[in-house]
Amino acid sequence: MKFGVVTFPGSNCDYDSYAAVRFILGEEVEFLWHKSEDLLGCDAVILPGGFAHGDYLRAGAIARFSPIMDKVIKFAHTGGVVIGICNGFQVLTESGLLPGALIRNDHLRFSCKFVHLRVENNESKFTSVCKKGEVLKIPIAHGEGNYYHFDEDISTLEDSGRVLFRYATPEGEVTNEANPNGSINNIAGIVNEGGNVLGMMPHPERAVEDILGSSDGLRVFESLRACFGSSKRVVPS
Amino acid sequence: MTKNKRAVVFVRLKDGVLDPQGVTIGKALQQMGYDDFVSVRTGKFFELEINDSNGDIEKKIDEVCSKLLANPVIERYTVEKD
Repeated sequence: MKFGVVTFPGSNCDYDSYAAVRFILGEEVEFLWHKSEDLLGCDAVILPGGFAHGDYLRAGAIARFSPIMDKVIKFAHTGGVVIGICNGFQVLTESGLLPGALIRNDHLRFSCKFVHLRVENNESKFTSVCKKGEVLKIPIAHGEGNYYHFDEDISTLEDSGRVLFRYATPEGEVTNEANPNGSINNIAGIVNEGGNVLGMMPHPERAVEDILGSSDGLRVFESLRACFGSSKRVVPS
Repeated sequence: MTKNKRAVVFVRLKDGVLDPQGVTIGKALQQMGYDDFVSVRTGKFFELEINDSNGDIEKKIDEVCSKLLANPVIERYTVEKD
């Protein structure tokens, strides 16, 4: 399968994502400049971490209006797979592809450390090779990762199994202490209604080899490949 | 030549959305002994200088507020014009 990694001015995990896909997963991958309007036939588009357009105004707010985002939004609306990691998640909420918003961490500090995620639903494109309840060790690096959603809407997300990852202890217990940023219900990653758009604050692309401290992040990419099959092109209708 | 108009947009977090900066500032006030201020909410304002060539500026201000200056999921805005 073929991945595309969008580079916005200020993206800083685009190479990490590229390397994870090309050298570790071993699949095809292309960079997509934010001013381009061509997704180059990619099966999955990654919006990487960083500080797109400096995150001036609000994280992701200006990136959402980069020319490529019109194409990414159309791609997502027709079933195309989009993964927003960290800043990419913020771009996805700002563009309306995912519900809710990511606000300042409740403790106001930038957090850069390994966290543990409990897989809440393994019937998604992004978690298909995981077990339900499995714990993944993946790092976070953000100042605005506090997932917020109005109470009445959060039950819709929860009831439909759209919460894929929750911050937990290494044993898989969801506790306040394991929540690194104040996210409602310890939410670390969600999908859209169609199940083709994933947003997550932790960085799976930074945990793809043991030498990096963990290779658990690879599970997200392997899940996706398991759905597509290697080198098999799937074009959304 | 007509003088450019001005509008000021105030963006505030909606009620119920946690404002950790406001909470921290509120605690600082308490520590300074200003017990009268029981809570603080932060926000942003934007000064827009406008050359209204088509006369449809009200609609455009509303558009830029909801599309860019504020995130309607968590924020609300008010506009004051000169």
